[in-house]
Amino acid sequence: MARRDPDWDGVRLHVVTGKGGTGKTTVAAGLALALAGDGSRVLLVEVEGRQGIAQLFDVPPLPYEERKVAVGPGGGEVYALAVDAEAALLEYLDMFYRLGRAGRGLRRLGAIDFATTIAPGMRDVLLTGKLYEAVRRKPGRGRRYDTVVLDAPPTGRIGRFLGVNAEVVGLARVGPIRSQAQSIMKLLESPQTAVHVVSLLEEMPVQETCDAVAELSRAGLAVGAVVVNTVREPLLRARELTAVRKGLVDRGEVAAGLKAAGVRSGEAVVDALLAEAAEHAERVALEKTQRKTLAALGRPMYQLPLLPDGIDLGALYLLAERLCQQGAA
Amino acid sequence: MSGRAPALAVDPMLRDPATRIVVCCGSGGVGKTTTAAALALRAAEQGRQVVVLTIDPARRLAASMGLVELDNTPREVAGVDEAAGGRLDAMMLDMKRTFDEVVLAHASPERARAILANPFYQSLSSSFSGTQEYMAMEKLGQLRAEDRWDLIVVDTPPSRSALDFLDAPARLGSFLDGRFIRVLLGGARGGGRAYLKVLGAGFAAMTGALTKILGAQVLKDMRTFVVALDTMFGGFRERADATYQLLKTSGTAFLVVAAPERDALREAAYFVERLAAEQMPLAGLVLNRVHVSGAGSLSAERALAGAETLDEADDHPLTADLLRLHADRMRLVKREQRLLARFTAAHPRVAVADVPAQPGDVHDLHGLRVVGAALAEPA
Repeated sequence: MARRDPDWDGVRLHVVTGKGGTGKTTVAAGLALALAGDGSRVLLVEVEGRQGIAQLFDVPPLPYEERKVAVGPGGGEVYALAVDAEAALLEYLDMFYRLGRAGRGLRRLGAIDFATTIAPGMRDVLLTGKLYEAVRRKPGRGRRYDTVVLDAPPTGRIGRFLGVNAEVVGLARVGPIRSQAQSIMKLLESPQTAVHVVSLLEEMPVQETCDAVAELSRAGLAVGAVVVNTVREPLLRARELTAVRKGLVDRGEVAAGLKAAGVRSGEAVVDALLAEAAEHAERVALEKTQRKTLAALGRPMYQLPLLPDGIDLGALYLLAERLCQQGAA
Repeated sequence: MSGRAPALAVDPMLRDPATRIVVCCGSGGVGKTTTAAALALRAAEQGRQVVVLTIDPARRLAASMGLVELDNTPREVAGVDEAAGGRLDAMMLDMKRTFDEVVLAHASPERARAILANPFYQSLSSSFSGTQEYMAMEKLGQLRAEDRWDLIVVDTPPSRSALDFLDAPARLGSFLDGRFIRVLLGGARGGGRAYLKVLGAGFAAMTGALTKILGAQVLKDMRTFVVALDTMFGGFRERADATYQLLKTSGTAFLVVAAPERDALREAAYFVERLAAEQMPLAGLVLNRVHVSGAGSLSAERALAGAETLDEADDHPLTADLLRLHADRMRLVKREQRLLARFTAAHPRVAVADVPAQPGDVHDLHGLRVVGAALAEPA
């Protein structure tokens, strides 16, 4: 099959969010690998201090430093960075104000603590600022990347996280912080940024996905794809599902089948198999409804399979391949 | 299913009048809110006067508990069986409102107005992450102080670290004791001037730098904000400290909520260790969405072999599919057992209660009762 044009040509910053537990870190990592496929250099960033990337790629905890964690299938490279708000602030002070010594003084005063913990919005300002720096990095300022993928805060906080700079513009009427915040907003609201939302085919994640899409759109941010994670193929045929749902399965026939299969069984096993089938049918029906709701959002939709053996590096490559096949990269 | 982990005795815990607070913590997406609501309902139907504080319930679950109005006060939940003499109130945390109420209660009307109008206050109270944790603690303290209930069940905010709510009082304390704030206050508080002297010329450079970074207006707003809040912050900190101490007493039971997945259990292990380090009373682990099978003795391998036999004979296609479905289920069951066994090996004394996976989400009292009964049933 000929590969179609990727859906995100021109996008430099991919923000991956989703309800907690939907696997957004995994999807972000898979997307970074997919984008690195053709020889590009991709930076995968995490901001929540959870060291999720290091765990996924099975490398030691990441310092505040860009480290190569994987090579893309086509020779591209994936670097990873765990952004730490305090380090970002000191770096920022140093870079823009050459505050080497005064920066240390600020730390002694507790100003760094103030900035990164007590005024927690400041934290988001710093994290998005670092992200901006990575996307817009100037020649001679370090390694440059074709694309940056952010493992972002969950849907519940994504609007606040990406919108923090608008708030700063409201607070700081003049000054360098204001212009910095304006530049970040400009990048986030430009076609160079896409916010992807990871969902599962379950009620709450789908609800949160719909809420997040609405919130992001209202905030003027470009919603990218909806990624449906851990998709399970129905294990029963459509007419079997119907029979199970309607309670039309012939128990005698199942018992005879088990006998023919050489499985020692009794009424209890037949009951258990039918109960499992009924649960399966109910879940398939629920998933169908949820999928319709997601499709109605009108965004490109990528499906990633449930990998029963969990996620390791090999699994990430598999997810990257699926994302490529569906046009994500 | 729980291997050798001791069983968590849920009903004795809920019935014990000495249990005054139950805190459900855990990473996002593991069913914390549902667990909190199910425990609260079960305790109420066993005769206790319960209030459940939820942070961010799913819409339909919230509606089923009558949480339609965001008025930041507990409301009685309709449809609870009160035969045993108990009752259930529920509320959803509104962090901005909680913050506003603290300001209004602890500052003079004039000062309160100044604070509420300050741009720093407005963003701190409504949109900056972290405030939710402070306010959850504040609300918990308030509910406890009201003394209208003999059991408070709390859901915790979905923060990057679900233990942020534990850290909130200490962070607030270190901020208040911080020298930065005294510098901002410019000697208005004792010690400020001394610092200025010590810092000398360095201080001039510092304020210069601050102004340069933040802009003069921001510094002015921030200073006004800090000065205005100064008088009431102390009280806030005292209450947060008191709540923190309360959480450490034996009347509190922490439940770490998880799902039988690698990441969720890793986070759960982290919570368990952190709670132990803080000397917080851990009651046990609630494992949601555990898969079970009524035909556990029929292994995945045997079921698949049977399905193949039927395929080869080109007979009984439905039974072959049912066997494959069962094999799939058994693999999941075994995988979850392995994950839990690993957790239990590292934390052998943590009691476990598990809740079988439901095909659909829980969104009514009936569903909560089913979850509550499963929690109470010995594993």
